[in-house]
Amino acid sequence: MEQKLVALSGNEAVAYAFKQARPHVAAAFPITPQTEMMHKYAEFVANGESTTEMILVESEHSAMSAAIGSAAAGARTFTATSSAGFALMWEVVYIAASLRLPICMAMVNRALSGNINIHCDHSDSMGGRDAGWLHLFSENAQESYDNSIMAWRIAEHMDVRLPVMVNYDGFIISHTADALYMLPDDAAWKFIGKYNAAYTLLNPEKPITVGPLDLTDYYFEHKTSQMAAYEKAPAIIQQVSDEFADLTGRRYGFAEEYKLDDAEMVMVLLGSSAGTCKDVIDEYREKGVKVGLLKLRTFRPFPAAYLAKVLGGRKAVCVLDRSASFGGQGGPLFTETRSAMYGQQVPVHGYIYGLGGRDFDLRQAATVIENLKKVAAGGEIADINLLGVRL
Amino acid sequence: MSMISTKDLHEGGIIREAGNSATYKTGDWRTFVPRFVEENCIHCMFCWIYCPDTAIEIDASGPKPVMKGIVLDHCKGCGICAHECPPAKKGKAALVMVREEK
Repeated sequence: MEQKLVALSGNEAVAYAFKQARPHVAAAFPITPQTEMMHKYAEFVANGESTTEMILVESEHSAMSAAIGSAAAGARTFTATSSAGFALMWEVVYIAASLRLPICMAMVNRALSGNINIHCDHSDSMGGRDAGWLHLFSENAQESYDNSIMAWRIAEHMDVRLPVMVNYDGFIISHTADALYMLPDDAAWKFIGKYNAAYTLLNPEKPITVGPLDLTDYYFEHKTSQMAAYEKAPAIIQQVSDEFADLTGRRYGFAEEYKLDDAEMVMVLLGSSAGTCKDVIDEYREKGVKVGLLKLRTFRPFPAAYLAKVLGGRKAVCVLDRSASFGGQGGPLFTETRSAMYGQQVPVHGYIYGLGGRDFDLRQAATVIENLKKVAAGGEIADINLLGVRL
Repeated sequence: MSMISTKDLHEGGIIREAGNSATYKTGDWRTFVPRFVEENCIHCMFCWIYCPDTAIEIDASGPKPVMKGIVLDHCKGCGICAHECPPAKKGKAALVMVREEK
């Protein structure tokens, strides 16, 4: 497969990926740092490169509502948002998953107010972690593009039928020009394929009711039926990722395992900070320190059994969260990872870092590794630690 | 009405059987019930048009439709029929709301 090496921002890369899926409908409202992605898409439509019907709505609540109406009608549909925009979608975000609508959404991760901040952290998507969407995370423009191609196959698979959110870090990925390989349009289309809706509101021969009143008699059964889909999703995610690897040579799973084979100490995190960690891990490896990185790709469904297996038997594990859970027991990735490790004698501690776009630099990554060394040697550390903040 | 188990439900809580609202009975939500006073009825069909629950039973087989009474399985007792009844406005109500005695 001949792929084109291009230089694009993350936002542009995702816009190209979505265009290659030939969606029928896109409904969105601009918000920094997502704006550029829809801006690029609007350009495709205006130039006649895409036949997608763009619905320019008056708010994100309307964007998600329009996406749901469109998907329920049987159209391949996407939207995109960030931060406060996602917060405004809130009510309808749950409905998209409950109705089992395979909408794809670019989630350009940005901090939530207050105070108002336009830079990257993961508090926006983490707020919606229980809404029923599948969450894929990306390290760079390449992974944002690849996830945005695979998202359609995962979402629309008959065993899944759930909305998928492609997360990529605001500005760090969205606005940085990065080199990536793109599939030719016809190859991408061949991989993604035509969409066959499970049901449609627009067939008068088979009238259906979508979203009826669901009280004490059936709501619980419907939620139970929804839960079953997340159990089937991991196998489909792997299957689609394997097919993608056959096509492109780029292999994905639930996580990327960086120098993990013999690692005694492991860092676990999501998103763009993985790049920084890899550089610092390389330096420590040269000094003979057996440290590795587990960069999670799928946060929902959460691959608990996989993590328990991969992290089991290590001397020390730490989890870095780019969001806080106020009053909770550390960030969301930490609590779930430590829960996955329940019953194992592996010490797991956590960090909160990078809130509001605070740079995650080499020094912070080195601090994390130094602490891992202490814990691996039998030392103690607090459960939750802060990184890169003035105390 | 028998209850369907999770494994037999359509995904997404979709209802694929059109017209099944007839089997979903809402009559037990009521406090007041319309009583039909047949001798005052002018068969104008106002109640039939206004009823939000299609709970007015009519006979439409003849040249003009005839009001037959209330479908108690679906009447929620909202009272719109009694409010809109034209004879009621002249003091000879064909539909009168009364508290339902169980």
